[in-house]
Amino acid sequence: MNIRGIASIYKFEMARMRRTLGQSLISPVISTVLYFIVFGSAIGSRISDIDGVNYGAFIVPGLMMLTMLSQSTGNASFGIYFPRFSGTIYEILSAPLSSLEIVLGYVGAAATKAMIIGIVVLATAGFFVPLEIQHPFIMMFFLVMTCITFSLLGFIIGIWADGFEKLQIIPLLVITPLTFLGGSFYSINMLPDFWQKVSLLNPVVYLVSGFRWSFYEHSDVSIMTSVTMIMVFMLVCLAIIGVIFKTGYRLKN
Amino acid sequence: MSKQTQPAQAAISVSNLNKTYENGFKALDDVSLEVKSGEIFALLGPNGAGKTTLISTICGIVRPSNGSIKVNGFDNAKDYRKARQCVGLVPQELTTDAFETVWRAVNFSRGLFGKKPNDAYLEQLLKDLSLWDKRDSQIRRLSGGMKRRVLIAKALSHEPEVLFLDEPTAGVDVELRKSMWALVGKLRERGVTIVLTTHYIEEAEEMADRIGIISHGKVILTEDKTKLMKKLGKKELVLELQSPLKKLPKGMGKLDLRLEDDGNRIVYTYESAKEENGVASLLDSLRDEGIRCKDFNTRESSLEDIFVTLVKEK
Repeated sequence: MNIRGIASIYKFEMARMRRTLGQSLISPVISTVLYFIVFGSAIGSRISDIDGVNYGAFIVPGLMMLTMLSQSTGNASFGIYFPRFSGTIYEILSAPLSSLEIVLGYVGAAATKAMIIGIVVLATAGFFVPLEIQHPFIMMFFLVMTCITFSLLGFIIGIWADGFEKLQIIPLLVITPLTFLGGSFYSINMLPDFWQKVSLLNPVVYLVSGFRWSFYEHSDVSIMTSVTMIMVFMLVCLAIIGVIFKTGYRLKN
Repeated sequence: MSKQTQPAQAAISVSNLNKTYENGFKALDDVSLEVKSGEIFALLGPNGAGKTTLISTICGIVRPSNGSIKVNGFDNAKDYRKARQCVGLVPQELTTDAFETVWRAVNFSRGLFGKKPNDAYLEQLLKDLSLWDKRDSQIRRLSGGMKRRVLIAKALSHEPEVLFLDEPTAGVDVELRKSMWALVGKLRERGVTIVLTTHYIEEAEEMADRIGIISHGKVILTEDKTKLMKKLGKKELVLELQSPLKKLPKGMGKLDLRLEDDGNRIVYTYESAKEENGVASLLDSLRDEGIRCKDFNTRESSLEDIFVTLVKEK
């Protein structure tokens, strides 16, 4: 295995984060603060506790999930798309790197960035609401798995996109709406029966639910279902990436 | 340079290589080619002939439709890690990581190829390429010529044994072009095999040991440069006449002659490699016809003339 090759890609991508620290770190923090001001203090003060959890604290897992999903997909898609766009991908493709090693470099860096930002959001939330994490290891499991899985999805988007507009289509038109409708700011038990059933078709419901369970032992679906869903989603992404490298889709003419 | 070369093997060996793109365009048509270890091989061809596709396929950037490629004896499909470790590529386009510094960019390239950091080597490399003073500059702040040198530094950062230079001097000034020729000379002295594509045929004439000509995806010729110029080169004998001729005398019709400059000049074209080149017969004919010359000179066809003739023929 070309460990140095993987490390080079990883360090290169992480250096981009450092170069764009404001964009990478400060803007998610500001967004989180705004969410807490609007949903936590302004509106949240008029909303009663949900399953015994203060509303401001209730939205913390969903808010983290929202940030991590967009950061994972955004970082990974940009990470692989930009060298394709600028032409520097030739260097990656001509290096003695296997497909797996290339994925490890790009996805590893994107997932790391998303995890850092997720933890920063959690720390920021701590300034606004009292936080308790009942199952910290399960919380970390969901955090890591979500960041990796959505970085894999971002990697797929970055290969599929043939323009900067397309890079934004799936995160904006699919992931963000699914996250908002996936119980980030409410419990799906609060919805009418019909919409509860429709919500179960939304994969993000399982992620938010499992993640929230790790905080407050409250979930919309069972924790095992959530774990299974995140694993299935990861395997699907890995399978698609396998096909991309096998066929050379949009990478090797 | 690290030596993984197996003895008595060509640096590059391409056999029956084909590449047809998804749109049906056949970019490589049964290409077979060998590049000897340590030589400078110039690959010439008109635009769209398949030069870049061939290089990209050897480097692993483009998938071949079929055929085989070996670099230093390593199959670039089955043993791709070893094959690719031997190769450095300087692409035609100025594709650089605009926001990276020169130093980080060369370190990144070295790392990609799995090489241990070696600051001393990279420092010397940047010094050789007159980039050391710019090591902390972002690449986007460099001139076009310097960016080109950064690409060369990146390609050499992992100490490759085979270097591909795809149009290395396209769009660079004469001074830089000459400094690149000097660099290529140095690399050859260090035993690096160099495959060069260029539009400047004088560049190939100046540097190459062997020439390959590719047209419409087919390699139509590979030959030692000196032999090629001897074999296919033509020479012209230009005779300036004392008084102009209206037309060539009938007795001289057998020779490949033409009148120029309103009949003030006779030009005789002949194959330089032939023992019996017809110059003696021409001089006899001139004497017999009473044509007197005031001056003469000879000129040889360049590699460019040979290239144009060959590509036209095919």
